[in-house]
Amino acid sequence: MTTLAAEPRVTPIQGVRHTLTLAWRTLVQIKHNPFELMDFSVQPVMFLLLFTYVFGGAISGSPGDYLKFGLAGIIVQNLLFATMNTGVGLNTDLTKGVFDRLRSLPIARFAPLAGRIVADVVKQAWAVALLLIVGVILGFRFGSGPLDVLAAFGLLLFFGFCASWMSVLVAMLVSAPEKVQIFGFALLFPLTFASNAFAPTATMPGWLQAWVKVNPVTVLADAVRGLLNGGDVSGPVTQSLLWACGFLVVFAPLSVWAFRRRV
Amino acid sequence: MNHAIVAEGLVKRFGDTTALDGVDLEVRSGTVLGLLGPNGAGKTTAVRLLATLIRPDEGHATVGGYDVVRQAHQVRGLIGLTGQYASVDETLTGAENLILIGRLLGMSRRDVKAKARELLDRFRLGDAADKAAGKYSGGMRRRLDLAASLVGAPRLLYLDEPTTGLDPRSRNEVWDIVRGLVADGVTVLLTTQYLDEADQLADEIVVIDHGRVIATGTADQLKARTGAQTVTVRPIAEDELEKVAAAVESVAAGPITRSSGLVTAPVTDPGALAHLVRRLDEENLLVAELSLRSPSLDEVFLTLTGGTK
Repeated sequence: MTTLAAEPRVTPIQGVRHTLTLAWRTLVQIKHNPFELMDFSVQPVMFLLLFTYVFGGAISGSPGDYLKFGLAGIIVQNLLFATMNTGVGLNTDLTKGVFDRLRSLPIARFAPLAGRIVADVVKQAWAVALLLIVGVILGFRFGSGPLDVLAAFGLLLFFGFCASWMSVLVAMLVSAPEKVQIFGFALLFPLTFASNAFAPTATMPGWLQAWVKVNPVTVLADAVRGLLNGGDVSGPVTQSLLWACGFLVVFAPLSVWAFRRRV
Repeated sequence: MNHAIVAEGLVKRFGDTTALDGVDLEVRSGTVLGLLGPNGAGKTTAVRLLATLIRPDEGHATVGGYDVVRQAHQVRGLIGLTGQYASVDETLTGAENLILIGRLLGMSRRDVKAKARELLDRFRLGDAADKAAGKYSGGMRRRLDLAASLVGAPRLLYLDEPTTGLDPRSRNEVWDIVRGLVADGVTVLLTTQYLDEADQLADEIVVIDHGRVIATGTADQLKARTGAQTVTVRPIAEDELEKVAAAVESVAAGPITRSSGLVTAPVTDPGALAHLVRRLDEENLLVAELSLRSPSLDEVFLTLTGGTK
């Protein structure tokens, strides 16, 4: 018994395997819950179509011209709204008891959380790719090289990953999945709409411009816009990365703290 | 050491409430310990603590010889947990739920499929294997919960109120499953608020209330604590009720009650029933019903917890 007591813990490789198995679990859920597919497919495309054809002409003169400006914004907006799913899923697991079952198994402690996050990054990648493809079908043309598009992809996924820690924190603090959503909407609507994601900053009143210019959503939309259309993007890309790291550094430790306190 | 679980002086506080206030437990290997108590007594806290989901504020516990705090990982390798707070994923199918757990436990894809199939068939869920668990009935759901906790063939099984909310038929099914597991040598820690359930399944019962152990023993030992048995007689002819009552009175150890054609009285003398039958025979009193029974665990439980009906 004393030899066994020498802590035969989970190896890092096993930890990765546990994480991937739990990510598989989250992705398999889509098969049984078509609404998830709505979240990640129908809704973003609907937004893209509505903005392009309803507001596009008014904002940019024609739907085609609007895509050049708005596609990046819609991708960013969708990305941030989708981070809520991480929190909703986690809170559901906590309140339904799935988390307790997982934690009673001899698996890596971080795997339940990490598995969900990995799965959500995969879903985000799917949604971003879908929006780009539909954008191209609607008439969007890349003004940059494949590497820039890839960089945009990477930046979006990293930003989404970091920002999702906010919803993880909320998930740890509230008592029901719906509350994650209520909280998320209250935060994300003003954050994404009071930015230059959908409309150029210059058309807004001065007091709003002051906020829009520092809003991380604006910064990220500018960076993605630049990476898709071509041009100098070093400023917005650096700022986006800083914002993302900021979210991560502040909200990841807080989430882990709240998690430990809760369970 | 032949104890699967040993806990000493467990204390757990949540803010101002003390959920466990110095609980000692011992569960012998291969037996069923019934942890009995009303809602909020601390049963679930005790299980969560022994399942390494929470840490004790004071005291210590070992499961299979491993400390639940310092050797939590090893403890997790021994136990299976089922209950109100440890649940399956409702969005996955029954089969996927079992496969998920098997994969997490390091089983190969092929082994895990075979194991899932075997468990689903054993628990009569074969036909529902590919249906989402959220669409299962209460009884099916509970059987899947049980199956999920058995994927790793645990030596110790924690069942936290396994039949709460089930209809009698589903309850019996769960009981049969538990009996089968015990026959296979699995040690079971069972929490329940149904005395009947503890009576049916448990080798030993620990009664807790307000986070403290208030009684320990077998069901029979606990029943013997009230010290009396109950005799009940129903005469065939209702107008003979008074004569029968007089006969019962001659053996009663306490006040007798007459209600709707039935005479009931507590007795303590082991020869009481024989005396009573002889007396009834001598007086030619015909009875439709005559019984001597132990007090139900409900009566014992209410006595112990000082509750009132």
